[in-house]
Amino acid sequence: MTNEPTGLTVRVDRDRCQGHNRCHALAPELFELDEHGYSTAVGRGAVPPALEAKARLAVANCPEHAVRLVEPIAR
Amino acid sequence: MADRPPVDDWTSDFDHTDPRWVNDPFPIWDDLRQRCPVAHTGRYGGVYFPSRYADVRAIAYDPEHFSSRRVVVRETPVPAASPPITSDPPAHGPARRLLLPAFSPAAVKRLEPRTREICVELIDRLVGRASCDAAVDYAQHVPVRVIAHMLGLPEADGDRFRTWIHMALEEGITDAARNRQAIGEMEAYFREQVARRRAAPGEDLISFLLGAELDGRPLGEAHLLGTLRLLLIAGIDTTWSAIGASLWHLAAHPADRRRLVAEPGLIATALEEFLRAYAPVTMAREVAKETALGGCTFAPGQMVLLSFPAANRDPAAFPDADRVVIDRAENRHAAFGLGIHRCLGSNLARMELRVALEEWLRRIPDFSLAAATVSWSQGTVRGPRRLPVRFGPAGALGEAPGRP
Repeated sequence: MTNEPTGLTVRVDRDRCQGHNRCHALAPELFELDEHGYSTAVGRGAVPPALEAKARLAVANCPEHAVRLVEPIAR
Repeated sequence: MADRPPVDDWTSDFDHTDPRWVNDPFPIWDDLRQRCPVAHTGRYGGVYFPSRYADVRAIAYDPEHFSSRRVVVRETPVPAASPPITSDPPAHGPARRLLLPAFSPAAVKRLEPRTREICVELIDRLVGRASCDAAVDYAQHVPVRVIAHMLGLPEADGDRFRTWIHMALEEGITDAARNRQAIGEMEAYFREQVARRRAAPGEDLISFLLGAELDGRPLGEAHLLGTLRLLLIAGIDTTWSAIGASLWHLAAHPADRRRLVAEPGLIATALEEFLRAYAPVTMAREVAKETALGGCTFAPGQMVLLSFPAANRDPAAFPDADRVVIDRAENRHAAFGLGIHRCLGSNLARMELRVALEEWLRRIPDFSLAAATVSWSQGTVRGPRRLPVRFGPAGALGEAPGRP
């Protein structure tokens, strides 16, 4: 596995998030919750290589499709 | 109210309390999903039954046309507001936000030690026995005692709570008088609990609600009592059913059972699959404005059975939808609903389910079904009401074995 940054970022659409907590349960390093249980990406949402699999699981397990993985812009 | 003619045609005359539906709904749903994705019945005042995930999702996302003013299908409508489950926007949002912190993952984490103690105590009582009823002797006690603890109510009152729920959600579907009686008894009970806390506030959730404000004012009595009834009802039957259904599956599927015993870390993933496949809760909506969906016109005033359990079995949404795959990695199931009414208690339910399974499997790793059939509840919540199991030769272990 490379140590190059993935360039991937994870984003939570706050209008869709209903606080199911799947993302944070699967990838606590990447998501943080407010006091109501709504999720946002930690920091700027950068996904290091070691967390890419968890990030993809978080995207795939959100019942509201609120979590997205944004690919880097290809040059 | 027992003289209902049997169902001949599920597409135009379904009955969700018919014994065939109650005992094994999945083949009926699979057939309807293919032949008639939005089925209808004239029973219960007229009800629609969409069974595709996409349609269920669209309805859940559309409170303007599908109101939550009624969320239980009954023969006789009963006006009984329980904010926020019976609230539509704009009242819904503030009523829900008030309760969210009490059920956040952080708040629920603080309840985990007490939940584990409760499970350990219940299994301690099974040591020395060769069998038990996993629903009656275990599953049904866990959520009752946890919600009682949160609300600051005596855990010993659990039997009364279970009786009220049975009256309101099972008998009360067809017996309006029983439903009213349950509501009346719950209101009297909570009025007394509220009065005690006005005199001497505590640290519990009822005391919190007494001190809470909505639009700068304390909650009105109707709102307060309605919400307390909801917390009690919603916190009990639902989770008990999920625990029971999970144990039923493991009792009947030794390979899955052995795997979870060997890999307790897989329990968190497996429980999501049990929630998908055996989702306990079917909600409902009242059609507020005429609309068309899934090839069907919905007439105002009729009800819609919002079957998250049927949606969870839709092969268009889940590969191998009819197989229970305990290590399913992608599982965005709808057992806790979709949209603004996502189950407020979902974090609590998941924690209770995980801890209940962890403690059971740690000390009763070997068990199987002791009866050919299991009796399932009917109506809003589906779970095994009786679950006779026999233990393996080692029985229920006296203390948690050390792990290697």
